[in-house]
Amino acid sequence: MSSSADTPTPAPNDPSAGYDGPPDFRVIGRHAVFPQTSHDEIERINFLAQMNRHLAARVVPGVKAAFDARVVPAFEAQHGRAMADRHEARRALLEDPAFQTWSALRRLTMEQRQQAGRWTALRQRERLNAVTAGLTEGDPRLSLDPSLPIPRYVSAVDHHCMPGSYHTEYFPGDAVNGANYDHAGFVTTGGLLGGYSDGGGHAVVKWVRRNLPDFKPRKILEIGGTVGHSSLPLAQAFPEAEMTVVDLGAPVLRYGLARAKSLGVDNISFVQASGEDLSMYPDASFDWIQTTMFLHELSTKALRAIFAETRRLLKPGGIVLHVEQPQYAPEMPLFEQAMRDWDAFYNNEPFWSRMHEMDLDAEMVAAGFERDKLIHGGVTGVVDRELFPDAEEDDTEDYGRKAAWHVIGAVA
Amino acid sequence: MSFAEALAGAGAKPAGKRPYFLEPQVERVLAITMAMAQELAVARQRSDTLERLLLAKGVLTPGEIDAFVPDRAASAERQMWNQEFIARILRIVQQENEAVMSPAEVASGDVGEELAREA
Repeated sequence: MSSSADTPTPAPNDPSAGYDGPPDFRVIGRHAVFPQTSHDEIERINFLAQMNRHLAARVVPGVKAAFDARVVPAFEAQHGRAMADRHEARRALLEDPAFQTWSALRRLTMEQRQQAGRWTALRQRERLNAVTAGLTEGDPRLSLDPSLPIPRYVSAVDHHCMPGSYHTEYFPGDAVNGANYDHAGFVTTGGLLGGYSDGGGHAVVKWVRRNLPDFKPRKILEIGGTVGHSSLPLAQAFPEAEMTVVDLGAPVLRYGLARAKSLGVDNISFVQASGEDLSMYPDASFDWIQTTMFLHELSTKALRAIFAETRRLLKPGGIVLHVEQPQYAPEMPLFEQAMRDWDAFYNNEPFWSRMHEMDLDAEMVAAGFERDKLIHGGVTGVVDRELFPDAEEDDTEDYGRKAAWHVIGAVA
Repeated sequence: MSFAEALAGAGAKPAGKRPYFLEPQVERVLAITMAMAQELAVARQRSDTLERLLLAKGVLTPGEIDAFVPDRAASAERQMWNQEFIARILRIVQQENEAVMSPAEVASGDVGEELAREA
């Protein structure tokens, strides 16, 4: 990953070129179950990442201008008052051609990304599944439960238009939906999550080292960890710890263990379970419980159940940290709120809107955490800055998708 | 997995009713157009890769492509390819314009009924 002096070719995202945008997909980190990608498959991903970049950097400013110049005046003329909330703002935007065009392009860019990624994964499915099986069969660090019911908040609509979501397997042993999710997520993040899509995990580790320098966790749990993007950095940062990833989806868990082993991370287990019911673990089992960009894919009931489980499962003095996009607040402009709500309505993230208006402090207290032991913070993706854009320095706002997050948590 | 299964699976619809932001006919054409733009970009990058490999191997010299002047026969072939390409893409414009010249045309179904009545 380093671009040392003996590297024969210049880094594709050579800063001296004055280039501002996603890196070439060829800088992405690979591992044993990462799908093989042809020249044209790579260029398809590059194109789609550039589409998202173009929409965020060059089209959204026009949507904002239309909101200020057309949408707000028209609303106020019609109703004789200002917009009351983000829902009114979004419904008014739906009537404006600038928002319509941006929305149509953003939606179909996601659809094209899913088709591109699924084609790459599906065309080599037998090979990928064989490699996955070779790395995971008989390994006690993979624990699957085929009887686990998939809750409606996951099954009703496929999150971010990903056909089959995290959980669908098309035959026994299938890991394809993990392979699609892993390799082509680059289209949405534009490289802001780094070579192994792990910038969120590294950001959390950096935050913990800075704010809790004496914290020495032995048992770490990530709920909803999918293929382990954000979990591996925790396991690597605390090699004496045992890391457990739970998720509903068998394909992502299988893929996750194969990926972890291939990357040389061995202190990690992948368990198929719902975060709402982790009764297989006794009280006070973990020093650290983590979720990363996970809460918005739940339901109110599930979020409360998971908060209660985290309280039960933490050892005294243990910490829980949830990394999420920022909550809606009165001081956030209605335009930004409406744009951030887009994924809830048009990108199959049904709980996104409701979750981001919840009083998470109150929910944590209701789950049994003490108010004066709540944690609040902010983190940005930590990446290899030789090759990848740094979210901290990137002022392009791709509402809801930027690698700049809030942290809410608590000490038990 | 068969080729046909992979093709169908790659383009599978995600669960959840699709939103439309434009007139559905317009959004459908836009979606097809953007998929074509994607494939054009892929083809352009492939050609760029080829040029760079040929340069690196010394088959091409820098500037050779931009300085290229086809001879008279090659030029004609290339310009005819352009004409053929455009005519294929704009076939519907040609046919709609031809229809203007034949205002009294009948539809096949109507002819079918007419022929049935003849029996």
